[in-house]
Amino acid sequence: MIEIKNISKSFSGVQVLDDVSFTFQKGKTNLIIGKSGSGKSVLTKCIVGLLEPDEGEIIYDGRSFRGINNKERKEIRKELGMLFQGGALFDSLSVEENVAFPLKMFSNSSKEEILERTNFCLNRVNIINKNNLFPAEISGGMQKRVAIARAIAMNPKYLFCDEPNSGLDPVTAIVIDELIKEITEEYQMTTVVITHDMNSVLEIGDNIMFIYEGMNKWVGDRNTILNTDVKELNNFVYVSKFLRQFKEML
Amino acid sequence: MFYHIGRYTTMLSYLFAKPERVSTYWKRLIDEIIQLGVKSLFMVVLMSAFMGAVLVIQTASAIESAWIPDYTVGFTVKQTLILEFCPTIISLILAGKVGSNIASELGTMRVTEQIDALEVMGVNSIGFLIGPKILGSLFIFPILIMYSMFFGFVGGWALCYLTEIIPIEQYLLGIQSFSYENYEYLRYALIKTVFFAFIITSVSSYFGYYTSGGALEVGKSSTKAVVYSSILILMINVLLTQLLLD
Repeated sequence: MIEIKNISKSFSGVQVLDDVSFTFQKGKTNLIIGKSGSGKSVLTKCIVGLLEPDEGEIIYDGRSFRGINNKERKEIRKELGMLFQGGALFDSLSVEENVAFPLKMFSNSSKEEILERTNFCLNRVNIINKNNLFPAEISGGMQKRVAIARAIAMNPKYLFCDEPNSGLDPVTAIVIDELIKEITEEYQMTTVVITHDMNSVLEIGDNIMFIYEGMNKWVGDRNTILNTDVKELNNFVYVSKFLRQFKEML
Repeated sequence: MFYHIGRYTTMLSYLFAKPERVSTYWKRLIDEIIQLGVKSLFMVVLMSAFMGAVLVIQTASAIESAWIPDYTVGFTVKQTLILEFCPTIISLILAGKVGSNIASELGTMRVTEQIDALEVMGVNSIGFLIGPKILGSLFIFPILIMYSMFFGFVGGWALCYLTEIIPIEQYLLGIQSFSYENYEYLRYALIKTVFFAFIITSVSSYFGYYTSGGALEVGKSSTKAVVYSSILILMINVLLTQLLLD
């Protein structure tokens, strides 16, 4: 479980996050949704420590992530896996080397054990016989799956996915969504997905926070999001004329 | 300016952090030595050989006099190559090749979130990415410069052989003359090279690592890396020459 309490962040006087609080639950796919520029990515970067919030607290299973030294921070970071928007695979490493990278850096496993774990993770995301290819030689969907394999290689307790569907066709996007949901339930991870894709919201949104102009405007799940009274969220969900008419019919 | 000096110093301080896994860093060091040094060898050899040849022609035409012995050409070429051309001019050329390569590589890693990925994993990204580049260049650049000196002499020798602008024996006599001073000058050249290697890799890494934005900014970082490295090389060159030769 990850708790964020009263997180605020501003850049050059512009308030990007304003007093955001939320609890990301274990074993569930927690979603942060909102328009582009609403502060979703900044919030995620604050949670994983890539940015330092101006105010507030981040607590990983009772352990505060602020006001701790680098060594303690590194220990928590070893429990994090992150899937970046573009995959962020290392260009100079092959698929296999990318997945094995965190294992080589942080585990004391033998070469054989690392290879076994790497192949297990790649098989888990349905990447087979691509070990020696480089990221530039595989499709965008495959890159995302390899990035997921790398993110779960160290058996993380917390998985962060920054817009996992961006740049993917709807069919591949659903495959990635289902994979994230399956992995979350299988390994009982606390998964945080940042998205503005309504398909994802309705497919995997167990616990959802809607951010609007840096503020937490709504909390719920995929069953309640369609019946909300929050105007900003309705504008986000029912963005097309067709959907608005559909809602009126309901 | 003070902001950049502060951030540059902070970046350097991260290089002294304990590596997560020494064997991985060792492999990176070998890769960087190959990438930065071995892959620059052909260019350095080619440029040095041609420059050695040109220096022979220019020196021979400048001191064409019955009162000045022919071996002066070889002596002048040797002094020029060891004292200035090889350590400084080749370093400036390497600042262009290696510096832009480092800045664009790290800049691209930054804008494609690969550096963020390292940080989230708990890897000291500065130590992992920049440390081996700096260490590798400190090791390989002096070797490159020695190759440059040797092939500069060879270029001059080849020109004498092909054109007979001066007799080869006279050229070789000039190259070998005052050999007791050569070690001092070689030491001076290699000390300069070590400083220049540090400047090229650390300054280029700084601009690449702190790139923000997209492809356009990667290009700008690459340009800044070359410009600032070159300026610093020229400034440090004056300082070191004053300190070491005065």
